[in-house]
Amino acid sequence: MEELDCEPAITWIPGVNSKKKQMCFDWGPGEMLLCETSFSKKVDTSEKVPSCPFIYIVRKDVDVYSQILRKLFNESHGIFIGLQRIEEELTGKSRKAQLVRVSKNYRSVIRACMEEMHQVAIAAKDPASGRQFSSQVSILSAMELIWNLCEILFIEVAPAGPLLLHLLDWVRLHVCEVDSLSADVLGSENPSKHESFWNLVTVLVLQGRLDEARQMLSKEADANPSCASMCRILGDLMRTMPILSPGNTQTLTELELKWQHWREECERHLQDSTFAASPRLEALCKIMLGDEATLLEHKELLSNWYHFLVTRLLYSNPTVKPIDLHFYAQSSLDMFLGGESSPEPLDNILMAAFEFDIHQVIKECSIALSNWWFVAHLTDLLDHCRLLQSHNLYFGSNMREFLLLEYASGLFAHHSLWQLGVDYFDYCPELGRVSLELHIERIPLNTEQKALKVLRICEQRQMTEQVRSICKILAMKAVRNNRLGSALSWSIRAKDAAFATLVSDRFLRDYCERGCFSDLDLIDNLGPAMMLSDRLTFLVYHSAGISPDLLFLKVCL
Amino acid sequence: MFLPCSIETDHKDLIHDVSFDFHGRRMATCSSDHSIKVWDKSESGDWQCTAIWKSHNGSVWHVTWAHPEFGQVLASCSFDRTAAVWEEVVGESNKKLREQSHWVKRTTLLGSRTSVTDVKFAPKHMGLMLATCSADGIVRIYEAPDVMNLSQWSLQHEISCKLSCSCISWNPSVSRAHSPMIAVGSNDNSPKAMAKVQIFEYNENTRKYAEAETLMTATDTVHDIAFAPNLGRSFHILAIATKDVRIFTLKPVRKELTSSGGPTKFEIHMVAQFDNHNSQVWRVSWNITGTVLASSGDDGCVRLWKAIYMDNWKCTGILKHHWSPVNGSSQLGN
Repeated sequence: MEELDCEPAITWIPGVNSKKKQMCFDWGPGEMLLCETSFSKKVDTSEKVPSCPFIYIVRKDVDVYSQILRKLFNESHGIFIGLQRIEEELTGKSRKAQLVRVSKNYRSVIRACMEEMHQVAIAAKDPASGRQFSSQVSILSAMELIWNLCEILFIEVAPAGPLLLHLLDWVRLHVCEVDSLSADVLGSENPSKHESFWNLVTVLVLQGRLDEARQMLSKEADANPSCASMCRILGDLMRTMPILSPGNTQTLTELELKWQHWREECERHLQDSTFAASPRLEALCKIMLGDEATLLEHKELLSNWYHFLVTRLLYSNPTVKPIDLHFYAQSSLDMFLGGESSPEPLDNILMAAFEFDIHQVIKECSIALSNWWFVAHLTDLLDHCRLLQSHNLYFGSNMREFLLLEYASGLFAHHSLWQLGVDYFDYCPELGRVSLELHIERIPLNTEQKALKVLRICEQRQMTEQVRSICKILAMKAVRNNRLGSALSWSIRAKDAAFATLVSDRFLRDYCERGCFSDLDLIDNLGPAMMLSDRLTFLVYHSAGISPDLLFLKVCL
Repeated sequence: MFLPCSIETDHKDLIHDVSFDFHGRRMATCSSDHSIKVWDKSESGDWQCTAIWKSHNGSVWHVTWAHPEFGQVLASCSFDRTAAVWEEVVGESNKKLREQSHWVKRTTLLGSRTSVTDVKFAPKHMGLMLATCSADGIVRIYEAPDVMNLSQWSLQHEISCKLSCSCISWNPSVSRAHSPMIAVGSNDNSPKAMAKVQIFEYNENTRKYAEAETLMTATDTVHDIAFAPNLGRSFHILAIATKDVRIFTLKPVRKELTSSGGPTKFEIHMVAQFDNHNSQVWRVSWNITGTVLASSGDDGCVRLWKAIYMDNWKCTGILKHHWSPVNGSSQLGN
């Protein structure tokens, strides 16, 4: 497996333009501290060096802090858990259908998030944040585009025939200017006279939406009688183009035969110059014959090479086999870019998908996307489809686990999202448990409620050392704040006899000084826990002021 | 990475160390102005200075937090030839009086004849223990047997390194298969000083620390050293900051093959060496899971290193100064 060779991301830390300084730093659970310093000045001099007075706090993953993406994280968490749980029950055909459904669920969550972000972008008060939201929308859109393609190729595993139909849907979903264009044109008084009319018709043909294109042509025929017969002929060609429809019982060979005949008919019209009087109609006919030069004249309408690819396939090889896709993909990319520009990260990702190189897709996505959400969930799903070979990564864990660990670690930086992270760690068999142990003990225990929540999670997983440690930390904190009762109950929960003894000592000292016990209720109700330490037992005896025998009975009942 | 906030520290001189507490909600800074400052993060996420005090009679080189199981405890080391342990004392049980907490010196650790260059708490499973190292070439290990009484510390070990020491690192492994271990780096420039990283291991039988290994390839001045957190590996990973960044693995050789009772023998491999800083590297430090190493060098950058595949390390991020003008002069880059 190739290395992730890419330029490391640079984070800029503002500084004062004084003489050159170095930085000292420290890692925190979710953040990093940085401060300007001068390492070579280790000899103590009395000369004061002009100091930079600032400390900088840097965070790893900005997405975790976004309100809107919160929903993405929460909902995809539910889908993830559901997928892990149904794993064992899935077999055969229903398995594939289930996996496709999970994939569609993920995608709809992305789309929902995109929609919300889009609304926020429009409503943004200042242009800078509006731009930022818009750029997030683009990223989400790209994620959905990639995921959708992966679903078609890897999860649905569409065979020749249905493959093209899926790709057509894919393109129609993602090149969506058509709908607004359509609304514009059809909403006008004289649609066929609208300046974008022909663009609309062309785009409809490019997307294989021939019924709609035919309707447009009939409007033109009505408005412009001299073209009527040409429009009718072209419309007929559109109507009769053989295409595989779901539920169609004909074989691919039959379809292909019919399609060849239809093509010959189109070809004949061109030869006979049927549409010579209307260059526009002639161009449409050429498009329907998959003429590359004509297609490339409409780059603007195609807007990207993968649209060009699908249109090409539709009109020149509709029964394309999955394994042949990459030839067309590569040549489409080359022709579309025409040497004028180079492929961008998104292009490389899509190309890797067309080449059925799943690992390359994951690798490129890991590089291109700043957060781990996408690659972690997609890889997990593909792993459930049994598509990933196990490569030996660092720690000996596999790709799926590596990415899930990265994603889950990122969640732990957040004061409430960490709870989602717990579940992800649970489903990482190699290093999930130990990673969870390391992360969960770092969660700040600002409230008793949070502490209890953390403890419950640890107890459920028999993480006894973490339970002990957390209770000890809380016990110590209570002692420091002179809340001895609380300290006692935490040290009992920690099963820390030594510490319980120390706290009991403090209680007794308090009693000697003040003549009464604080927290009598708590001591009174310890029950069997009082046996944890002799000193504690002694404390309970004396606070109760009753004879040891009666106390013994009290404990046992 | 991105930058959510900056905090004005108001130290009067160079800051030498910054340190997060275990939960990342408190931090400590120490400076050539002889003081230590403690900062707390509020619920709303703002940082406030809650304590400042003069801690030493010279530049304070390092400040470090003990594990919160021991309470709120700091240790510091200084040019003034001492190290110190500090404990936070909360005000009276009068809840209204939520005044700023104050820190009390619990003990001064004397004995070094020279600047104390590093101080590190031992892993918590070893109790409340810390190690210091000095330019006088001695590593001192102290223990507080009673965690409720931090004014009592006893010197448990003195390890003579014979070289001026600049940095130490405890092996964090909790595995019973691993004895307590401490790595020491040296900045000694004398000609007799060859290998500048020594590893000492505690021997249950002799109850002493003995030298287990030296890294023969580390012949240049070592400024910092750090064992990586261990997620259940049988072997250890050690990073050093020297004229470049180096990462070593130390695989314990099976005990049967070595003379019983002696220190563990290790198979040592250098798995990574990075000279991207193009200058002296001064600090190395691991994140909490030991998956990313950060290094800081004379080039003014902090670099992040991650192992993607077995023994295959890559730089995954750089944090750099963005020089902004003080007086409106031209701006460099973006």
